[in-house]
Amino acid sequence: MSMPFYVSPEQLMRDRADFARKGISKGRSLVAVQYVDGLLFVAENQSQALHKVSELYDRLAFAAVGRYNEFENLRIAGVRLADMRGYAYDRLDVTGRALANAYAQTLGTIFSSSGEKPYEVELFVAEVGERPEDDQIYRLTYQGSVADEHQYAAMGGSAEQITEYLEEHYSAGLSLDDALRLAVEALGHDGPEPRQISRDALEAAALDRTRSQPRKFRRIPASRLEALFGAATPTKGTAAEEAPQEPVEPVQPVTSTSGGRRVDTPGPTGTSRVSDQPGTATETGGEPEPVTESGKDPSDEMGDLPDQPPTNG
Amino acid sequence: MSTSADARLPAAYLTPGNASFVDFLASQAPDLLPGRGTPAAGAVDVPHGTTIVAATFAEGVVMAGDRRATMGNIIAQRDIEKVFPADEFSCVGIAGAAGLAVEATRLFQVELEHYEKIEGITLSLDGKANRLAALIRGNLAMAMQGLAVVPLFAGYDTSAGIGRIFSYDVTGGRYEEQSFYSVGSGSLFARGSLKKLYREGLSARECATAAVQALYDAADDDSATGGPDLTRRIFPVVAVVTADGYMRMPDSEVATIADEIVTARMERPDGPAASLT
Repeated sequence: MSMPFYVSPEQLMRDRADFARKGISKGRSLVAVQYVDGLLFVAENQSQALHKVSELYDRLAFAAVGRYNEFENLRIAGVRLADMRGYAYDRLDVTGRALANAYAQTLGTIFSSSGEKPYEVELFVAEVGERPEDDQIYRLTYQGSVADEHQYAAMGGSAEQITEYLEEHYSAGLSLDDALRLAVEALGHDGPEPRQISRDALEAAALDRTRSQPRKFRRIPASRLEALFGAATPTKGTAAEEAPQEPVEPVQPVTSTSGGRRVDTPGPTGTSRVSDQPGTATETGGEPEPVTESGKDPSDEMGDLPDQPPTNG
Repeated sequence: MSTSADARLPAAYLTPGNASFVDFLASQAPDLLPGRGTPAAGAVDVPHGTTIVAATFAEGVVMAGDRRATMGNIIAQRDIEKVFPADEFSCVGIAGAAGLAVEATRLFQVELEHYEKIEGITLSLDGKANRLAALIRGNLAMAMQGLAVVPLFAGYDTSAGIGRIFSYDVTGGRYEEQSFYSVGSGSLFARGSLKKLYREGLSARECATAAVQALYDAADDDSATGGPDLTRRIFPVVAVVTADGYMRMPDSEVATIADEIVTARMERPDGPAASLT
């Protein structure tokens, strides 16, 4: 029998945080921007069928980056919790704070429990109010901490660069079109060189307080995006052809099996069909990447690690 | 029930697979299901809702319900609403034990919305009708005690582009009806009335007029169905479901229709006469 090596709690948490961050940084980013009538979410998403932004409840939306199967489970849990509360009490009693709390507790417990793999996800739980001052964006990280964001927020691999861009260019009281433009621009500023994001790879949705129905969530249809940014240029075609131009992580497994090998050959008809298949996740679909693969990760530094246990708001 | 937010989400919440809220509720908080527990044998006096009518027209379907709830010989409420939107493209009208029926409707609404949110797509109209049948079947024990819930379900079938009507029995049997149908204590009179008034090619407003006429005839002969209350200005609830979705006809418009009908019946109390041949 060999004695287990002693690992200090700090080191253990650091390793787990590192692991989670590495997973998240592989995914594309997502931004939330407050506009005059509510909150707008824009993500870069190659799949039309698997969403990163979705409805939780009347005034609540859920947005996530990272590992698809993990945030999808969290989304479903949130929908169940919201519907359960709304049914047991009243629709008005379902609040973003309660949902954010439940997620924070869940993520925090999983992060610090040694038997479980930390979730490689980051979430927004957003709530649109009657007035712009009442809008809320909660940002939840893999270790269960909650941050209260205002006006704009970004998460994902290049959140820092994107937030910087938003900080410079955001102004209060944007129209929906201006907010969309700003969000797409910001998503393009995720590397050293700004890039153009393909129109077919955009997912946009909003919580719109002016909607007459009680359910304020709506997806921004592709036609609206096209009217705003022009149709996707035919030379660019599919996302597959675009992929090599993108500066970040070319190793991203769009579809992979447990062996990590690509099984679908991207045919001439493009990849959109490939990623449409349920179960083949968008970004981090396969098995966990080996942790030994380091050095590439931009967020590899140990500077801002959680020294304290997860804080729960 | 574990709705307390100060703990980790229970494992059942994080388990993917089932898009039914009713099933989830049954496993996680069965005490919240409507009609749980069987009352002791014997008559229970609870408010009962009465007559609901529905009729299709070219662009969709109209459903109307009177506003009376009765408890034995007492009028329990004169402005109860018995026609509700189930989701964007369907509506449900309830007859029977009002408390259970309203609760079942609330659960049905959550069920449809829950499915839509989890699956990212709405159920087909037949799928919705079948879910409602399952809910009614769950209430069978109560129905045997005299607390039956008998809904009428109608909606716009977005794939076929037509309005459709479904009726139910207390065992959850689901039957698709053609053109028009009615449920509740005054339903026989209402159906007889619709039989003479209904024809192809009605507009939405004409269809609503026929439905309100039918409710008037039901109220005429059934003490548990309320007619238009002219002094209090309480009129039937009329829902119109078309490709544009669910729309509750504004009270002012229903009032106009009801006033026209009442004025015409001042001349001929039995309502419009159908030709003999």
